[in-house]
Amino acid sequence: MQQTESPGAAPPPRHTSVSIALAGSGGAGVMTAGNMLLEAAAHAGYYALMTRSSGPQIRGGEAAAMIRISCRPAECMDDHFDVLAAVDWENVHRFGAEIPLGPTSLIVGDPDQGEPHEVFTRTGAALAQVALKKMAKGIPDGRPNMLLLGLVAALVGLPDEAVTRAVEKSLAKRPAALVPSLAAVAAGREAARTMPRAFPLQPPPPAATQRWLLTGNEAAGYGAIKGGVRFVAAYPITPATELLEWMSPALAEVGGTLVQAEDELASINMAIGGSYGGVPALTATSGPGLALMVESLGLAVASETPIVVVDVMRVGPSTGIPTKSEQGDLNIALYGLHGDAPHLVLAPNSVADCLRTTQWAVRLAESLQSPAIVLSDQFFGQTRAVIDRPAELAADAGAGRVVAEPNAAGYKRYAVTTNGVSPMAIPGTAGVTYTADGLEHGERGTPSSQGTDHLAQLDKRRRKLELADYGTLWADVEGDGDLAIITFGSCTGIVREGLARAHADGVKARLVSMRLLAPAQPARLAAALEGVRKIIVIEQNHTGQLFRHLRAEYDLPGKLTSLHRPGAMQFNPGDIHRHLIEWSRT
Amino acid sequence: MTEALTHTDFKSDIKPVWCPGCGDFGVVNALTKALAKMELRPENVAVVSGIGCSSRIPAYTSCYGFHGVHGRALAAGTGLKIARPDLTVIVTGGDGDGYSIGGNHFLHACRRNVDMTYIVMDNRVYGMTKGQPSPTTEPDWDSKLSPDGTGLREFHPMVIALSSGANFIARAFTGDPNGLADVIVQAVRHPGFSFVEVLSPCVTFRPEQRDWKKIVKPDAIKPTSDIARAARRMLRDTGFDLGVLYAGNRKPYAPRGERANRDASVLEARFTL
Repeated sequence: MQQTESPGAAPPPRHTSVSIALAGSGGAGVMTAGNMLLEAAAHAGYYALMTRSSGPQIRGGEAAAMIRISCRPAECMDDHFDVLAAVDWENVHRFGAEIPLGPTSLIVGDPDQGEPHEVFTRTGAALAQVALKKMAKGIPDGRPNMLLLGLVAALVGLPDEAVTRAVEKSLAKRPAALVPSLAAVAAGREAARTMPRAFPLQPPPPAATQRWLLTGNEAAGYGAIKGGVRFVAAYPITPATELLEWMSPALAEVGGTLVQAEDELASINMAIGGSYGGVPALTATSGPGLALMVESLGLAVASETPIVVVDVMRVGPSTGIPTKSEQGDLNIALYGLHGDAPHLVLAPNSVADCLRTTQWAVRLAESLQSPAIVLSDQFFGQTRAVIDRPAELAADAGAGRVVAEPNAAGYKRYAVTTNGVSPMAIPGTAGVTYTADGLEHGERGTPSSQGTDHLAQLDKRRRKLELADYGTLWADVEGDGDLAIITFGSCTGIVREGLARAHADGVKARLVSMRLLAPAQPARLAAALEGVRKIIVIEQNHTGQLFRHLRAEYDLPGKLTSLHRPGAMQFNPGDIHRHLIEWSRT
Repeated sequence: MTEALTHTDFKSDIKPVWCPGCGDFGVVNALTKALAKMELRPENVAVVSGIGCSSRIPAYTSCYGFHGVHGRALAAGTGLKIARPDLTVIVTGGDGDGYSIGGNHFLHACRRNVDMTYIVMDNRVYGMTKGQPSPTTEPDWDSKLSPDGTGLREFHPMVIALSSGANFIARAFTGDPNGLADVIVQAVRHPGFSFVEVLSPCVTFRPEQRDWKKIVKPDAIKPTSDIARAARRMLRDTGFDLGVLYAGNRKPYAPRGERANRDASVLEARFTL
């Protein structure tokens, strides 16, 4: 939506960001076309991201691919779409809320497939009719979705060779489809000339680093493997399944194993069993699965067994809305365990950061012999994005598991140490055998119902988390001024963009995106908020879970405001922009 | 050359919490005898359990032990064995832990056929919580929680194990530690998932089980690899016929597909444009 106006009447303004939705009924191939457009944008040197939405049907329902192409790293969707291009209109109106249009937008449709729904046309968007199906019929084996791809790519000014390369790569295993597809793309490109509007992008800035194309689920999976995970136990659940499906063959390449469990109770206990055996282990799930796992997370705390659980959050409670994003699992992640059970909770704050935060979570879990919950969400998990190759995690960010030497004299598995970490004996190591126990225990691991042992072990388990050095990764702190925004997870990119717009309007504020949510970091947050007179906490859930947590754990300076909204719709940068202007004035 | 270990080398110095006369003492004796007989080393054996009287066994051995949450012992054992196939993994527990709260894992452990041994000490009662009916309790057994009995048919672990795919199924009696030790040796050595149902009396809440020693029929059955034959026997027997009821030929669980051991950075090719 942002435009850089050129002086004079012509040439037309060139955009720094363009948003496109491709829609149609199941089987129309809009996801395929969307993926090709995303990849073409990447080949042309742009950043881009794509989210997808589909009807409630398991297969074959209406579908929409929503793509943002940008000159700058794009971490969230924009407020409005510039182009809605549909192969047909069957049930596409269900996406009305997800594909907001405006008077400057363009709707492209096939007149033979009916008219676009009023939910789209009442926005004042221009309508352009193209007989996609008839045109496609004129091309042997031609398909309307490829026509749309060519048309839309031309509207935003992607070079032909970038589109051709994306199509060739996508059809590498179906060479027979290549010629008709490229012919349809060319026809679409021709049709673009007849459009009443175009949305040419500014030339992309030169790429400083290698670019990657991946989803947050894939990034988290790779981060886990980079962190050392070689055993995963998993039960399928939307929207975490793709993380597991990515990891299964990936682990096989690097000497690891993934096993499909019978349920989440099994998957977390299998992972704990594997980790007890000395192999860094992980499971991934979503809210309903996390709820089933919390008893065993307590076991990991008490037995001091490292384990990472990635929770790809979706709308809850209960089955909720499995395909939509929400940050509603913060409470269960922080407080769901019974007893006093200190553990790690982390949240990545971009698709790219899913890699680093998950890798860091593995390193911390291993170093501190603790469970770590990584709060990703559906937006990160299922968004496919073009990103700069992520920077390497510092080597000292979590040193790894401290293990017992063979025949260590007087070995005590749960020895009360100064830093709270006691060497873990790995099965197969002679002379240091012990029984890991969820029963409270003394230093040797022998079950104990003595209050003194309980206190000593509670203190030890808390101390190891509190004394650990989390360095600068605990949060991303940006900007200055006497106003501050605190947020986490997928709200971060939206808030960052909204704040940039507010900044152009004179609002100066700091942004604190918290990556480490537990244990609390009061001294670090206090330093980040030094001199602040007003704070707004922004999150995507119904009750302000982060706000309440901050109120409980931290002494926050100044006047506090909570801005929260549940799923299924995320905030957009425009929402944040408006809220920040209003908030800064009160 | 390390010295041969005796069964006492496999025992820890921790005093069991069990009642005098508990059948589970015999299982510790038999298990440690079996481990010594197989010439294993304590550090290469992991004993994994859930919650209940019998689930206390790991700490009473000198092996690596894992005493987890109620009902999930088979899951923890499965994860451990798949992650560390070099270890000998023995999962232990009771009838409530294994057949009630952990019932789903029992089915799937049999199906999955991971090369490990599951020893269930069945006393047909929840002992640690002081006398409630378990899945194997007789329907008319009176208790405070279920006065006049549950009215529910008993769970038949052997038939369930057979139909779910366990590769080795035996019934043994804790009153005969040597016989039980022999069965455990066979179970551990048999590839795949081995299930040993051990009749282990609870003298406190089921004192009538003291009579089991008079009822059991040692060596009543010979092993078969014929599933139909094994099923007929299991369905007809008295519940006190001892021996190996089934020894199958299924291949143990192994990860499928091509495996390699490359550096993690090879995976970046999947993302690189």
